[in-house]
Amino acid sequence: MGVPILSIEDLCVEFRTPEGTVRAVDGISYTVEPGETLGIAGESGSGKSVSLLSILGLVPQPPGRIVRGRAIFGGQDLLRASRKKLRAIRGRDIAMVFQDPMTSLNPVFRVGDQIAEAIEVHRPAASRQEVRRRTVELMDLVGLPDPVRRYRDYPHQLSGGMRQRAMIAMAIANAPALLIADEPTTALDVTIQRQVLDVLKLARDQTHAATILITHDLGLIAEMADRVMVMYAGRVAEAGPVEAIFHRPRHPYTVGLMASRPRLDVSQDTLTPIPGQPPSLIKVPPGCAFHPRCFLYGGHYGGRARCVENRPDLRLVDGAQHLAACHYAEELRDG
Amino acid sequence: MADPEVTLRTEGLVKHFPIHAGLLRRQVGTVRAVDGVDIEVRRGETLGVVGESGCGKSTLARTILRLVEPTAGRIVFNGQDITHLPSRQLRAVREHLRIVFQDPFASLNPRMTVAEIVGEPLRLHRRSPRASSGRPVRDLLEIVGLNPEHTNRYPHEFSGGQRQRIAIARALALDPQVLVLDEPVSALDVSIQAQIINLLSQVQDRLGLTYVFISHDLSVVRHICDRIAVMYLGKVVETGSRDRIFGAPTHPYTQALLSAAPIDDPSERGRRVPLALVGDVPNPANPPSGCRFRTRCWKAVDRCAVEEPALVDRGLGHPSACHFAGYRPAAPLGEPGDGVSVPETLP
Repeated sequence: MGVPILSIEDLCVEFRTPEGTVRAVDGISYTVEPGETLGIAGESGSGKSVSLLSILGLVPQPPGRIVRGRAIFGGQDLLRASRKKLRAIRGRDIAMVFQDPMTSLNPVFRVGDQIAEAIEVHRPAASRQEVRRRTVELMDLVGLPDPVRRYRDYPHQLSGGMRQRAMIAMAIANAPALLIADEPTTALDVTIQRQVLDVLKLARDQTHAATILITHDLGLIAEMADRVMVMYAGRVAEAGPVEAIFHRPRHPYTVGLMASRPRLDVSQDTLTPIPGQPPSLIKVPPGCAFHPRCFLYGGHYGGRARCVENRPDLRLVDGAQHLAACHYAEELRDG
Repeated sequence: MADPEVTLRTEGLVKHFPIHAGLLRRQVGTVRAVDGVDIEVRRGETLGVVGESGCGKSTLARTILRLVEPTAGRIVFNGQDITHLPSRQLRAVREHLRIVFQDPFASLNPRMTVAEIVGEPLRLHRRSPRASSGRPVRDLLEIVGLNPEHTNRYPHEFSGGQRQRIAIARALALDPQVLVLDEPVSALDVSIQAQIINLLSQVQDRLGLTYVFISHDLSVVRHICDRIAVMYLGKVVETGSRDRIFGAPTHPYTQALLSAAPIDDPSERGRRVPLALVGDVPNPANPPSGCRFRTRCWKAVDRCAVEEPALVDRGLGHPSACHFAGYRPAAPLGEPGDGVSVPETLP
């Protein structure tokens, strides 16, 4: 443990919608250490993407609004940095890979030129040959076959997996300190997903970048993350080392997620789904947002008042580094 | 004579889509989406059809229902050849053969109430003059776990999982025998996915349904299907029971597909050596000669380019369309030097 690369404190992000103001991210705090991979898991609407887009200045305001919080990166607060400063940081110190490479690449420019641009913008002094050489090198690294020829291709000439490789090349072009991958393989087929995942690991290992992997796919988390943060309704439900989260979950939501996923490695007779629906952010349940779906709340027996009245804080539950936001986390045993 | 247990069968089913281009819209090529598929679905079972995008699994689903007309081959339902059935008779068949689509946001008309959506098949097939207010709709909602009081609500008032329940209720309205489920849980969040999977199992048991389950998600297929057909570029490359396909796959593509899936548990890290497939799926308008998988296959030799492997059992217990079908050595999977070349790094 050293100085964190990124330290987020009490971040709150709201959106104004026709139905009212929704709090997409509701007071989350976490750090990312150098070289580690933090997996952020959660279902749609849990706030996992917004929490990162907002610190990069990528949430349009309005309708979005950063209510409070700090995001310390390299000694400065990103939430208070100027647009110009943020632009310099994005793509150089913090790089991103998004889910859909077709919308992230500009369809009218050549793929090679777009990767080259990512280098040039942040290194204006570099000569043309230098930039071109580096571009081809990057394309080669991410496994774009025949990079010299591929340089001249347009995005539509590449397959989904190839486009995602180009995005990764662009992301690591300036050896970022932090790589944010938001559902990087969700749009891809299994065999292509495997290729991209391997490239992503390679990119991470080559640049020694700290990585934040945002995904709904627990398999990707199992595969890549050192530490995991599980989000629910804009808050952190549980956080801890990957082994602990998978083998000793201490939040009923995490327990539910693990029990509800079908597995490839074993035959199961039944899945145990989480009852109910994720809450609408317009009307988040009081107290613990998860209580209406929770087996520890005990709705059948009238329910525990504490779950409805008090919002549980994230607290240490199972040795160092393992945190859960549940009043009754101690009732969960290893299973 | 046909096996009476077989509810649905396709024989050499082919669906080609013409590609038109230029000012005169002349046909310049053909996408061979489904290119000679034989499947059999037995009464009460769930047949899984797995494959990656572009393998033809969704086109197969639509062709079985004749939502798109087959180019060649036969579709046999309950012993009756429905391939060329005129529309009036096809309508009668479709009462027993229904489909559920992937996206419950696109498949439900936003201007219709739940009662109208679920009751529409009854109305169209003239089963009940007062279907939208009668009992069947409430029963159907109850079967799929929705509140029967919600008949007058509109789709936008429901979450994704609930909408998929509405779509399932609609599919059940005419008391069908077979449901074709085209990626029915792929658009849903994990916790909701499990609810719908369990619902489908319960409904199947309760109503004695037969399912054709189309999916790209191997773990979902493993959970829900009795038998599985693996598709690649318009062809079935391997078929067998769930235990065979997941426990002892013999086609290189099936093996690669299974090994490529993300691990389930962090403790498996490094224990599984994935068979990294090189390159992308070829263009279905111009598939490779011979075996279509050969361009990505580590076992491919000259013979694979000229001789198309038949989908037959080569003494391994279930059919596999590979000249060199064989089990992958047991764990640790694919040690280098066992005949399976495992790339150390990326191509």
